[in-house]
This record gives sequence, C-alpha cells and structure tokens, in this order.
Amino acid sequence: MPNDNVLSVRNLKLFFKTTKGVVRAVDNVDFDLVRNRAVVIVGESGCGKTSLAKAILRLLPKNVDTYSGEVLLNNHDTMQYNDEEYRLKIRWVKMSMVPQAAMNSLNPVMKVGNQVAEPAIIHNEMNKEIALQQAKKMFQQVGVPDDFISRYAFELSGGMRQRVAIAMSLVSLPELVILDEPTSALDVLTQANIFNVLKRIKKDLGMSFILITHDIATSSELADDVAVMYAGQIVETGDAHRFFDQPLHPYAIKLMDSVPRLRARKEPDFITGQPPSLLNPPTGCRFKDRCPSRFERCEEEPPTFNIDGRTVKCWLHAN
Amino acid sequence: MKKFFQNLKQYPSAIFGSILVLLLVVVAIITVIVIPYDQAISRWRGGEDVRGTVPKTARPLYINWITSQKLPETMVLDSTEPDDDIEKTKEQLADELIDITIVYRFDYDYDDFPQELQLVLTSEYEEKSPFVKLTWYQPDGTEIELGDLVANPHETFRFQDKELKETLGGLEPYIGLFAVPDSDPPEPMKGTYELHVKAYIFEEEGDVDGKLISFGQVHGWAGTDHRRRELSLALLWGTPIALAFGLLAALGTTFTTMFIAAAGVWFGGWLDEVIQRITEINMMLPFLPFLIMVGTFYSRSIWTMLGVVILLSIFGATIKNYRAIFLQIKEAQYIEAARSYGAGSWRIITRYLVPRIIPILIPGLISAIPSYVFLEASLAILGLGDPVLPTWGKIINDARMNGALYSGHYYWVIQPAVLLMITGLGFALIGFALDRIFNPKLREV
Repeated sequence: MPNDNVLSVRNLKLFFKTTKGVVRAVDNVDFDLVRNRAVVIVGESGCGKTSLAKAILRLLPKNVDTYSGEVLLNNHDTMQYNDEEYRLKIRWVKMSMVPQAAMNSLNPVMKVGNQVAEPAIIHNEMNKEIALQQAKKMFQQVGVPDDFISRYAFELSGGMRQRVAIAMSLVSLPELVILDEPTSALDVLTQANIFNVLKRIKKDLGMSFILITHDIATSSELADDVAVMYAGQIVETGDAHRFFDQPLHPYAIKLMDSVPRLRARKEPDFITGQPPSLLNPPTGCRFKDRCPSRFERCEEEPPTFNIDGRTVKCWLHAN
Repeated sequence: MKKFFQNLKQYPSAIFGSILVLLLVVVAIITVIVIPYDQAISRWRGGEDVRGTVPKTARPLYINWITSQKLPETMVLDSTEPDDDIEKTKEQLADELIDITIVYRFDYDYDDFPQELQLVLTSEYEEKSPFVKLTWYQPDGTEIELGDLVANPHETFRFQDKELKETLGGLEPYIGLFAVPDSDPPEPMKGTYELHVKAYIFEEEGDVDGKLISFGQVHGWAGTDHRRRELSLALLWGTPIALAFGLLAALGTTFTTMFIAAAGVWFGGWLDEVIQRITEINMMLPFLPFLIMVGTFYSRSIWTMLGVVILLSIFGATIKNYRAIFLQIKEAQYIEAARSYGAGSWRIITRYLVPRIIPILIPGLISAIPSYVFLEASLAILGLGDPVLPTWGKIINDARMNGALYSGHYYWVIQPAVLLMITGLGFALIGFALDRIFNPKLREV
C-alpha cells in the first residue's frame, strides 16, 4: 500500500541493561510521520523520549539489552543494514538529529564552520572548500551571520550555538531531522526565534521534523501532529489541531490541563503521583495508578484504538 | 601561533631556555656540516697517524687563563716547513759525504714541563743510513749530548735512553732537559733553547729532515683523552647525537602512547583490556636490566637502543594518564554528536579526541627530551654506549675507566656533564613555561 510516510516505526523496542535490572525505555512504539510534516513527541522527563530518538537513529549506548522492531524510512526497512552501512547510508544522509543540550555538542577546539561542514565532508564527500560554502548557506538559513564560521563555540551565545547545532543537522540536506529538546535552557525570545527558523526551513527545504519536548506550549508553534509518550509507550497520536482542542487519553487530558492558558479562566491542574519506574512498569495500562477514570479493564494491557485517524491506547475509547 | 609566542615571551625563563636549546641546535647543525660523519668517525677511531702531534690527557687551553700557572702548549718545529726558528744548512764535504745541520731554536717560558719529547726524522738515501748526532743547548749555554743514532728512512727519537737519563741526574729527559740544574723539585728554566741535529750522509745525494715535537700539558679548547683524541670532537658530535636521540625517543613514545591510549579508550572492550594489561606488566618489568641485556647479547648500536627504549616506554605510566583524560573527553556531548552525524572512529580519534590532549602533551613532550638524553648518557656510562659514535656519555665513561678524577683530569668529566646539564636546563625551562601557558590553572595570579 503506497503512502507518503517518510518514517514509520513498528514495534520498536529499546531496553537497557543496568545493575538493577532491565530498563524498558522504549516499549513497543508505533507511529508514522508523513512527509513534510512535523510531529511533536511530548511527555514527562524520563518517559523515554530521548531513547526513542536514539532508537530511531540507532545511536545506542553500550548497555543495550534488546533492540528490535522496524524503522521504515520511505517504506524501506533500515534494520537490514549493519552498523557501518547504517552510518554511511542513513545517518545524516536521510535522517539527522540535533542532540539534547545541543549547545554542548560543539567541539570546543574546532571552528564552528568546520564543525558544521563535518557531516558534509563525511557523507557527501565534498572537499573542504565546498563543504564550507554549504555550511555558510546553512548559517544563513538558521540566521547566524556567515562570518561566524571562523569562530569557536565558546565565542557564541547559547542561542547562536543552538542555531549552529541545527545548521549542523541540516548541512547534508536530510529528509528528516530529529530535534531533541532544541530550546531547553534558552530564554523565551530565543525559543520563539528558533521555532520561526525551523518553520521557515520546513517550508523552504521541505523537510520533516520530529520534535521531542516537554514544553507543549512552545512546540504547538511547529506541530502538525502530536504523539504523547508515557512510560516508554506512545499513548496517543493525532493531528495537532484536534489534539490541542480535545485530547483523548486521560494522561493527555491531564497533561494539557497542566499547561497555563493565557485567556481561559482556569487554574493549571496537576497529575497526582509520579511516573512509574521503567525498570518494572505496571502491568495492564501503565497510567492506571494515576488515572482519574480508572476501571476494571485497566488491569489488561489496552490495545491501540483508531478513532478518525487518531490513535489512542486507552480502554475508555474501546468501541 | 603569534599569540603563542607572545605568551611565551612573558616568561624570561622560557626565553633563556629557548636560547640554550637554540644554541645547542645551531652547534649540532654546524658540527654535522663542518665535520661530516665519516671524517668525525675516522678522526675519533683513527690511529697514531691521525693524531701524531696530539698529547695524551692534556687539559683544555682555557686552564691557562684561569690559573696563575702557565702550562706548556704543544709545539711542533718541522724543518720541511721553513721558519725563522729553524736553520737548515747542507754542505758537500766530499764526493760521498754530505753534512746537514738543522738548528731548532725556541723560546720556553712555561711554568711546567712538557709531557713528552719526540724527534721524528725522515731520511732519503740509497743504501747507507745517515749518521745523526743530537746536541741540546739550554738557555744558560749548558751543552748536553743527547746521543747518536743511525737514521732509517723513518726514525723517531723519543728522548728516553738510559744514558741520557743518567747524565741528567736521574730525571726523565723531558724534565731534565728543561730543568734548572740541581733544583728540587725540578723547576723549568725559561729562555731560548736550541737543538742541533747534525747528520752525515755517506752518499752522493741524500737528505735528512726532522720534526721536533714537544707535547704540551694543554691542548685544544676541550683537552684530550688517554688515546690522544681531541675531546672537542666528541663534545661537538655528541650534541647532534644527544638531541636526535632525545627528540626521536620523546616524539616516538609520546605520540604512539597517545594514539594507543586514544584507540583503547575509543574502541574499549578487549582492546582496552589488552592495552591495560600489557601496560601493567610492562610497568612491573625493570627497564635498565632489559637494556643491559639487549646491549650485551644483541647490539649496542645507538639506534637499536633507541628502538628498545621507545618500545619499552610506549606502554608506560603515561598511557594510564592519557587514558584517564580520554575517558573524560569521550563522554563529552560533542563526541556523541560527532558519532551521531556519522564520523568514523578514525576521524573521531584524530579530530575530536586527540586535539583535546595536545595542551597536556606538548609540555610533557618537551620535558621528556632531556630525560632521554640523560638516559642515553647513563647507558653509555654503564658501558652500553654505541661502539662507534662519540657521545657525551662515552666521554664520561672513558674518564671513569681511566680514573680521571683521581689523577685530577676534572675537565674530562666536567665538560660533558656541563653540556648534559645545559640540555636538561634548556628543555626543562621551556617545558615549565609551556605547562603554564597550556594549563592556565598553574599561572601565578
């Protein structure tokens, strides 16, 4: 069945081995991303958002216990590549990533221009001159003066560094960019600036984005789709408009209630309890212990229900 | 780069150190150009013909400037090289009798006696050897018969026969001939001496020439050793050898160690384990006995030693230091970022890991150079020096073997030792300054 999905993830699992046991950071995750759209993955700290990003890009730490499932890129399974092929054919060629705390992801002893040119040199086999030209173009795209290419990372402000990190993810013109908390640790003005930059890039270069964040308000700027992650699982997906109007999953509802509103006369709500440990997640629905609308069926693991193109993993929406 | 030199200028010690090192480098380069390797080796290892007029264990010339006593220098008077002080007359007395008289006249105003006297005669004749009669005139006019001899084509009169010694009251001729009569202890008589060489040739044609050598107690700017070799040669040639050894050993060990540490940290797993275990075993092994074994059973060539030194030093304690630093750097965000955008292992090691350690590595490298220079000298002193090349350590070894310090030949030990110290000082001063520049925490407030 032909579709225009740039990325489809099926049954993706990523478990880590620790001294205390196996941490199920990403547990049976499915979602799709249509070309030239941006999906926002929201969730609390420690719910496995960053692990999901790493699992998609296969940036695995040494203590992996299980890594399985399918990552389909343009309907091609990338799991068939070995690590070296994956590095050469997928990473930064098709998919790139702006890592968490991107400000610190710049080599302190390399000029930022060279740093941005690195992926182009590695993957597109450009020579240094051309790669630097490309880097300059990307600097313009993200709104950094292009004479900054000969500066070092410590000479730039936090917002500038963040833009440089974004430029680095764009330089090889991938189809999909994963942004992991691209605006954490930045002030509100800079955040807005960066989101404007991302919006423009999405329009100009026709790229798709996965945006990982816990900042729902700011991310709504860019979002076309939303995926809500809870305890290593995706509990709800859907297009952004409908999600922001009316979330379906009780966790998503609570999450949206916790966001302060500018115009509505409503106090922000909070979610009781704390997120479950991923070492030993609860059986059945993982949210049941904190859920206000819990009932008997919650003891069983809910399947994913499809409602008008939205999916939700909750027995309340069983039909 | 410019900023770096400006930084360096702030440390007077670094400037002083650089001057010392630069001086050594200039000396090394000039030495290698002016005295090519082959020439140096043949002069160092050659026989009597190379150093016929060089005295044994003579002190350096500068001794005369710093002590009130004036020690005799070496003096060579050769009748084939015409001079005001040498008169040669040739007279045909009969058909088959030629009389040749050579008069050597020289001033002697030193406060001590020469080491040795020699008269080297070269004669030309067909069959019958010429007859030679030698007479010595002291400044006060005393005439001393030295004796007669029959001159072969090459004849050396060494002023050593017993009769002469008896005539001089039991003194060695090289003392007695210059001494004030009946002085005790003997005192040299200052003034103009003469040696008359009277030769009779019993043929129609023929010639006799003579070279009078008075071996002094001082010679050259660095003195000589027990085998009449000029120490200046060894001191000069020791410079390029010491620098080359130190530099190669320091470069070889530092960079290999760094790369091994980086590779071990980056790839981890069994590779890291193997490297760490090898290092631990190697650190337990005694370094010097290993070198002595190689020197005794295999080869004492300086290049073999260099290779063994590098091999044994690579897996040393520094690998642990570098590993500790690399482990820290490896966890940095930007390394993960580099990995995520697909940089290969080699690229990460060379462009991301290694540049971070250079500031720590450079001062260490500079400080390591003199320690290897000292190591080479120590090996030579232990008798493991290169059998061919003259080095500073070998001079000290020779001096030790010949009891230089007991017989008062301090120059023999002090000169190479001073050069070693200058080398150490120069590099150490630069190293300290570099350490300050690269590690701002050490900078005084």
